[in-house]
Order: sequence, then structure tokens, then C-alpha cells
Amino acid sequence: MRANLQITRRLVWSGFRQQSTYRLAALGGLVANATFGFLKVAILFATVRAAGGELNGYDVATMSAYIWLSQGLLGSVNLHGRSELTERIKSGDVTIDFLRPLNVQLSHVASEVGASLFALIPRGLPSIGIGVVVVGMAMPDSPWPYLLGFLSVVLGITLGALVVYAIGTSGFWLIETRGIQSLYMVVSGLLAGLFVPIGLFPTWLLAFAEATPFPSMLMYPVDILSGRVSGVGSLRLVGVQCFWLGLTWLAGHFLTAAGRRKLEVQGG
Amino acid sequence: MSPIIETQGLTREFALRGRGLRRTRLTAVDDLTFTIDPGEAVGYIGANGAGKSTTIKMLCGILVPTNGTVSTCGLRPVEDRVKLARRVGVVFGQRSQLWWDLPVEESFRILASIHRLPKTQEKARTEELVDCLEMADYLATPVRQLSLGQRMRAEVSAALLHSPDLVILDEPTIGLDVLSKQRLREFLVDERERHGTTLMLTTHDMGDIERLCERVLVVDHGRLAFDGTIGGLSRTVGAQRVLVVDLAEPTPDLVDVPGTTHLGSESRGLQQRFAFDAEQLTAAQALAAVSQRAEVRDLSIEEPDIEDVVRRVYASSR
Amino acid sequence: MAETRGAIAPYRAILASRMRAQRSYRSNFRIDLTSSFLVGFVELAEVWVLFHNVHELGGFTFTQILLVFGLADFCFSIGDMLFGHCDELTKYVRAGTLDVFYLRPQPILLQLITSDISLKRLSRAAVGLTALVIALVINDIAWSPSAVLLLSLALVSGIAIFSAMFVWAAGLQFFLINGAEMTNAFVYGGRYAATQPAAVWSRPLKVVFGFFFPMAFTAYLPVIALLGLPGPAWLPAWLGWCSPVAALWAWGMALLCWRWGLRHYQGGGG
Repeated sequence: MRANLQITRRLVWSGFRQQSTYRLAALGGLVANATFGFLKVAILFATVRAAGGELNGYDVATMSAYIWLSQGLLGSVNLHGRSELTERIKSGDVTIDFLRPLNVQLSHVASEVGASLFALIPRGLPSIGIGVVVVGMAMPDSPWPYLLGFLSVVLGITLGALVVYAIGTSGFWLIETRGIQSLYMVVSGLLAGLFVPIGLFPTWLLAFAEATPFPSMLMYPVDILSGRVSGVGSLRLVGVQCFWLGLTWLAGHFLTAAGRRKLEVQGG
Repeated sequence: MSPIIETQGLTREFALRGRGLRRTRLTAVDDLTFTIDPGEAVGYIGANGAGKSTTIKMLCGILVPTNGTVSTCGLRPVEDRVKLARRVGVVFGQRSQLWWDLPVEESFRILASIHRLPKTQEKARTEELVDCLEMADYLATPVRQLSLGQRMRAEVSAALLHSPDLVILDEPTIGLDVLSKQRLREFLVDERERHGTTLMLTTHDMGDIERLCERVLVVDHGRLAFDGTIGGLSRTVGAQRVLVVDLAEPTPDLVDVPGTTHLGSESRGLQQRFAFDAEQLTAAQALAAVSQRAEVRDLSIEEPDIEDVVRRVYASSR
Repeated sequence: MAETRGAIAPYRAILASRMRAQRSYRSNFRIDLTSSFLVGFVELAEVWVLFHNVHELGGFTFTQILLVFGLADFCFSIGDMLFGHCDELTKYVRAGTLDVFYLRPQPILLQLITSDISLKRLSRAAVGLTALVIALVINDIAWSPSAVLLLSLALVSGIAIFSAMFVWAAGLQFFLINGAEMTNAFVYGGRYAATQPAAVWSRPLKVVFGFFFPMAFTAYLPVIALLGLPGPAWLPAWLGWCSPVAALWAWGMALLCWRWGLRHYQGGGG
């Protein structure tokens, strides 16, 4: 157990460091975050104003918090569906991974989480900074939302990596997984509340979104960090995140085992 | 007869990004001047990073020279790229001209249409290439399913489909097994005889040079270190071939065979190795000299390692 | 005539075989078509969710914004189908495919453009087209020859503008290896912007997506001209007629960036 923990820590750290070499990529990501952020500001502020300054608990300041927090997390939470695993299955390198005395799921997810945590520095914080300085946004006064929010962000990032990993295992059975990947990209973006907060969804769509792990990746961390949900409510959201974390971990675990059997039977 | 390749003081520098914003410049090709006449077969060799690929890219118009001039088939590669493309065929060992998910024959059809070959010419040329390179069995197979040897033959055909005057091959035999190498070399010799094609190739295999090229250019750090015949190259560097013989019974070291140097023995003298100078002695003469002293069961000839030859050229030119 | 046919033949041969290759993996092609359809559908849903909360946004009702969405998304999908793979330029450079282009007697840009076509985008275009047709029927449009002309100009120019965006981005990829997200911000951000009622934009956004990247010209401006609505500050309705000018501007910028990028690749200055 301790050895496992140490390996995980190392993998997270190496993923973190690897990312730090792509400075231009990080800058590109920030430009993208900001551009989409300003477009979201335009349309969502207009929506709030058209509704008379308040819409389902959102005013301009809390909407701004939603926009810039979600933009900040965009570079870290995997909503694009691409994973190292699919590449390695395609190239056949995954057989090497299976030969290592390492849990394949753990190592892939850990290094992705490391890379994602790094992305918070050049992409996440500056995006939020733009929101605070240029547009202005609502922020909670007490330290609790920040602490619990950070935990929730880490859970959300890990959940994203786990779900994408589980989906990536489809590569064991399919020749081409790009279709599935873009399917994931569309569905996760909508249900995680990337372009419109799920609080603005009609009731039926909201119920549907809440029955999936996607809001736990982005919407809930944003809700906790912005203080929109607080107290017991925020603890409940973290609980929901943990539930999905466990479930997707198990799913990924069994899919990996099945994929490995498939490889062994067919010899790669 | 005007030369098919002519370079004059050809130089190419690259800006490398160092730490922070500092930039250093690397001279990949340095003041290179040479000409190649139509019909020649020239080996272009050098260590990794000596500037071979950079030169080839400048010859084809992919890279613009920093200094100097280059003319290929009497054309300016960058400005007349489109015209030049019709007269040159290039095989890059590492990059494919074929469509990986299409059958070989479909790739050929597309290339024929790219080079605007008339139907009759396309048919005749494709048949000729398929025949000479023995590709009939896998014409309908997608490229990604081919073995390395099969793929390389298809690549060479792709580059030669439009019957170019000049063929440039970058590491055409890298990774191939002995038989595939053999077949490819025979084909290239044949192609030259039949069509008078000019050949320029880079390689790490001395066998390619010996079978295919009359002339060798050696580059060292972007500079021309040697230009001459293969015999002249051996003379310059004293490259020696090695004769390995398996003898019928354990024999004391045969140190007195004329024209050879005894390199060593194994298995109590059952296998012995002799170095001899390719200029002084043929392999047959060396073998005859050994046979006079002991009964030979089996033999092999080891060619000088190209890296070794290059190293010696570098040493002697400094 | 025969000369042009000969010049077009290589591109046709490549595209035809690309299309065959895509359809040959049937199950995969079906998944691709479905996901591509869903992309269009979800994008429409995102617009609808906003309008479900309010009656009017930026002076537009949902019926009216449907026209903007349909026009913009249809044009983008077609541009994406024809030019979207220009996004892969970095991959082409790494794999050496670009060097291979240099060995063929055709212009590099034309080879890049015709090196692939993604048929799966047709299903996304179908979403855009359906939205467009429905919107054209349910909106109150004073049909006349000039309205038809306006719509046709908008369609052709819209496709041209989005296509130019892909070429523009490809040109800059030569400088931004690993930094593709920088250009994505404007190509895909541009699509997002094009489906919005531009009246809600701040001034900087109007400069960036109204004029520099002429996204407002792909749908919003032609639609306010078509519906006879007043334009917001800086974006008067008569600009709806100027979409061809915007397309020329976009292509001029795209070709300039492409040339610049290619020069950089060859290392001949720039």
C-alpha cells in the first residue's frame, strides 16, 4: 500500500513536470480560455439581464464566477476525451505497460492528474485572474469554500481522467476510437455545464445531467468554489463526486482486465 | 553535357533555441561544392547529423539555402519546384509517399494521376516495376499491412513511377533483410542500365555503395571530406576487408599468409580471421593463399563498416 | 478544357480514394456520423437552453436566432468538412508528409486541402441545414429576388470565411508547433461567436469577431438584413450585403499567413 502510494506520487509529479515543458501550449490554452470566456460573458450576462438581473439564483457577479472558474478548470478537467491509453493501444505499446509491475489504470490516471494539476498554474489561475480583474466576479469570504473547493477540483480532475480512461479501453475492441472520443466531447461538455450552467437547464434535462458523472467533473467544483452551494450542500456534492469516483474506478478496473484478456487471447 | 546536380558554396544554417531567449546557430551544411553528371551513381555518406538530409532537402526545394547556389536538373529547386518534381524521384527511408490505408495499386494509380502519366505509359511502367520488384502478390494489400521489405519496394516504385531522370534515395535499405537488400540493389542496377537514370543515395551500408555506386562523396560536419571513386576511398582510408574461414580441423594460427594480417582465432583455431587490403588482393586470392595452408570448410567476407570508413576519412582530412 | 481536367485529376483521385477509405469501415463510419450529428444537435441545444430561460436575447427571439444558428453552423460544417483537416498540419510536419508534398508537382496548399475530406461532417451539416430550412419557413421574411440573392451570398461567403479560418490557422501552425489551441480559440471560438446574436458583444469582441475575424458576416449580419431588423452599434444591417467582401478579406489574410508559414518552414526568411 505504501509502495503504491509512493509510485502514484511519483507518477503525478512526473506528469506535472512533463507539462511544464510545453510553455507555448499553455499560452495557447490561456488564449483559448480567455476568448471563450469573453464570448460566454457576452451571451450569459445578456441572458441574466434579459431575465431582469436574476435567473435561477444567478446574478451577473455569480454568473461571472461560474464563467471564469469553469474556463479555468477547462484545461485541467478532461472534457475532450483524448487519452494516452488509446494512443498506446493503437500503437501496441500497451503490451509493454502490462509487462511492468505497475497497475496500468493507476499509472495512466496518475500521470494525467499530474499534468492536469500543472495546467492549473499557467491556464487555470490566470483565467480566474482575468475574471477577477477585467470582469469582476463574486467570491466567498470564508476560507471553507476555497479549501473544500480545492478538494472538489482535485476530485473532479481525477474523475475526468478515470472516465476518459474507461472510455479509452474501448480501443481494445474497436479499430478506430475517434468517433467515440468526439461523442464523449459533446456529451460531457453539455452535461458538465461547460457552456451553460446546468442550473439553467429545464427540469428534465437537469435531472438527466445529475444522473451522470459529468456535473461532478466541472459543475460541482465550480459551485463549491464560487460559494453558490455551501455548508451541508457542498459536503453532499463532494459525497456525490466520491461515489462516481469509486464507480468509474471499478468500471475502468474491470475493463482493463477484460482488455488484457483480449490481448492475451489474440496475442496483441 | 551539363551536370544534373550542381552546388556552389551551398550552406545551410539552423537557429537553435538555447536556454531562455538566447539563440545559437548550427551550420548543417557548410560551403558544399560538387557536381554530378547525368547517368552517374553517387553514394553520399557521412555520420548521423553530418548534413546529408539537409543537402537532399535543398536539392529538392524543401529547404532554402542560407548561402550558395544549387541547381538540380538545370532548375532552381525552390523557384521551379513544380517542374523539378516531374523530373526527380525521392525515397525518404523514414517518410512514406504511399497512403497507409489504401492498397498499393491504388497509391500507384493516384501517383500516376499526380504526375499526369498517359494511361498506356502508366500501365506499362507499373507492370515493369511490379515485375522487377516482385510486388504482384501484395498489390491489393493496404500499405499498413506490408512488411518493411515489401513497403520499401513499394516506396521505391512510387518514387520511380514517373521515370525520373534523377533518383535520390535516403537510406533505402535500412532495416531490410539480406534478401530484400539484394533484390532492391539488383533492381536499381537494372533500372540504371535500362533508363540511364542518375542515382544518388545516402546509406549506412557499405554493401549498397559497393554494389551501386562508382563515386562516393563523404560529408563531415556539413563539409565535403572526400570526393572520388570507391577504390580511391579504400586507398585513402586503407579500409580492409576481413576474411573469416572455418577450417576442417583445429589449426595453429596462420600468421604467415602473404598479403593478409592474422586478426585472431576461435575454437582452438577452427575459425580464423584475416584482414586484407581490397586494393592489393581479391577475396579469391586471399582464400587461395589460406587454402594452401589448411583445408577450408566455410568462409565469409566482412565488409568494412561504413561508420569506420567515415571515421577514418574524417581523421585523415583533418 | 482537357488541360484543366488534367490539372484537377490528381486531386479528384485522392479525394475519391479518401472517401472510399472512410466508408469502408462501416461500423466506425456510422459512429462518426452519429457523433458528428450529436455535435450539431448539442450546439443547437445549448442555444435553446438559453432562450428557454428568456424570451429575447440581444434583440432576437429563438425563432430568429435559429436562422443565425442554422446559417452559421451549416457554413461551418461545410468548411470543416472540406478544410478541417488543415488542423492536422503539425501532424503532417512531424510525419514528414509535408516534405512528400514538396516532391509532387502541385501547389503545397492545394495538396494539403485535397489530402482529405471528412464525410462524417455531413451529418452535422444536416443539423445546420435543417435548422436553417425550418427557420426560413417559420420566420417572417419578405421574400423577393434580393432576399434570395442575400441568402445565397451569405451561404457562399460563410463557407468561404470558415474555410479561410482553417487555412489561416494552418499557416500559423508552422510557428506554433504544440500551440494549436491558440488558433483553435479563433477557429472554434469563431464558430461559437458566429451563432450568437452579435448585439450582446462588447466592443473588443465586435472588433475581434465582428471585423478582424469576420464572424458576424457569416450569419448575424445577413440575418438582420434579411429580417429587416435594426443593427446594433458598429454593426448596421446594410453590412449584411458585404459578406463577400469579408470573405475576400478572410482569404487574403489566410493566404498571407500560409505563405508566411511556408517560408518559415523552408527557412527562407520570415
